[in-house]
Amino acid sequence: MAGTVAPATTRAAARTADQAPAPGRRLKGGRGAFWLFVTPFLVGLLLFVYLPIVWSAVLSFFNAQGTVWPTEFVGLANYATMLTDPAFINSLITFTVFAVLIVPITFALSLAMAVIVNRVRVAKAFFRSAFFIPTACSYVVASLIWKMSIFNGVRYGLANQVLRFFGFEPVAWLSTLDPPTYWIVIVTVRLWLQSGFYMILFLAALQNINPELYEAAYVDGAKPGWKIFRDITFPLLRPTSVSVLLLSLIAAYQAFDEFYNLLRTAEYARPPLVYLYNLALGTQQNFGLGSAGALILAAIIAIITVIQGRIFGFDRAED
Amino acid sequence: MPSTSVRVVGQGKGIGDRIADVAGWVVLIVMTFAFLLPFYLLLRNALATRKDVTAVPWKLWPSTPQWQNFTDLFTSSEIPMASSMINSGIIAVSTTIGTLLVCSMAGYALARIPSPFARPIFYMVLATLMIPAAVTFVPSFIIVSALGWVSDFRGIIIPGLFSGFTVFLCRQYFLAFPKELEEAARVDGLGYWRTYWRIVVPNSGAFLAAIGVITFIGSWNAFLWPLIVAQDQSMWTVQVTLSTFITAQTINIPQLFAAAIVSIVPLVLVFVFLQRYLVQGVAQTGLKG
Repeated sequence: MAGTVAPATTRAAARTADQAPAPGRRLKGGRGAFWLFVTPFLVGLLLFVYLPIVWSAVLSFFNAQGTVWPTEFVGLANYATMLTDPAFINSLITFTVFAVLIVPITFALSLAMAVIVNRVRVAKAFFRSAFFIPTACSYVVASLIWKMSIFNGVRYGLANQVLRFFGFEPVAWLSTLDPPTYWIVIVTVRLWLQSGFYMILFLAALQNINPELYEAAYVDGAKPGWKIFRDITFPLLRPTSVSVLLLSLIAAYQAFDEFYNLLRTAEYARPPLVYLYNLALGTQQNFGLGSAGALILAAIIAIITVIQGRIFGFDRAED
Repeated sequence: MPSTSVRVVGQGKGIGDRIADVAGWVVLIVMTFAFLLPFYLLLRNALATRKDVTAVPWKLWPSTPQWQNFTDLFTSSEIPMASSMINSGIIAVSTTIGTLLVCSMAGYALARIPSPFARPIFYMVLATLMIPAAVTFVPSFIIVSALGWVSDFRGIIIPGLFSGFTVFLCRQYFLAFPKELEEAARVDGLGYWRTYWRIVVPNSGAFLAAIGVITFIGSWNAFLWPLIVAQDQSMWTVQVTLSTFITAQTINIPQLFAAAIVSIVPLVLVFVFLQRYLVQGVAQTGLKG
């Protein structure tokens, strides 16, 4: 998850930046020590984060095919090509469908798992581990299991054997477009891999809720159950809920591994990163177009992030 | 993790509560089976013969487990398993150590050492958090390519060390680090450098372990970046190797599943022995600030 953050935390942090360095009186060697500590990171940050972005921005105005050096200035042509390319537009649609499916389901499932595991009084550690341990698997391993075993399109795949048991014909899960059964495969892979991670976040938050609140509610006549969950637990989980929604959405933007491994040869269901990969690093090696695409994508993500911030209201999430 | 049970105990339970309890257990058990099913499939397929794997109807367990599927991995030259595991190990360990070193030092300076540059640098760090790392893979590849680091450990490891997010977490952690400890060191005449290494780092073991475990897992499981940079087969990480054989058409399914099991062994060990730090790390990456 490195590289992503719930922006809720960043604004609070910026606010404390002023008061930050005040460790009583100064230790000796302040100036020199600051650079001694910061320089390795700062050089790396400039060289491997900021320089690539600047370089890419420059290349996006040039023709650069098969080389990472600018050859011929083409102005905004790369941007025009990208924005009118149906394949690029399709990749944005694929991402949208994916996000609409994965974000709410992940949210509901991980919250449900946390609530149930939190309630259990027997073998709690076992159940928590059972849901959490898929996090140890990579998307590659999960894709292997899903593609070769569970949703194998021929008759020996597990899902098809279950269908056969109930008298149905086998389904070619990954290559059926109508209905698009490949979404079942794509979404369940990520659910299996990520739900445990978000469940841990919810569990931590549930355990931070003061039990006296529940006792007070009980004294007031509320019975443990759905009402208590709706009126007490869920509102108190709000900061975590916002984090989980944001983190899972940011992760969905960056979806690549399972699409690449499950649908390598497919002409459909290519999210933006798979599209950019094919463009810049596949046979085309078109770094000018690829740079333009990366910057357009970064801009879209920035805009969506800001809109989300407005919708969810980060300030309240900080409380 | 301490359990703060939320239920008010000792009250009479109605029929409705009991039904809810039973339903909860049923849901829990079904979900547990569903989440463990893929691990069963990994083992079943890894130990099967090529004939067992494709058996219809479903064969619950191979009649004679084929343990040599695992040894074959390292003796046959079909899948470059040994070199991939070594590459993944080198990359994950160096990435973890390098990230911890570079980012914790920067985070400490930004939290504790007064400097007029602390604020601008901190804003530079925050700005990188807005850009999802994966969107920058094309730009990053361009730099690595210009440096001549394609198919080179440096190209796979170094660009990943400068995580703005990790610096951010470290800074937040060090802001809350007890000042009394550092002041004691100051009384002893230690400068920032020695205070950091003798007092701060030794007292931050749990935090650094949590960050380290998360970094290690992320690095071991990383796919897109090694796929792009490790182009020679000799540089493939275990994820790239597995992926190559998933997308190839001629495959020995049991052997591929055996390879997948071998690939997750290091992380399962981390889960078993370092779960405390891992859970803490997850909570930190997801929530704290």
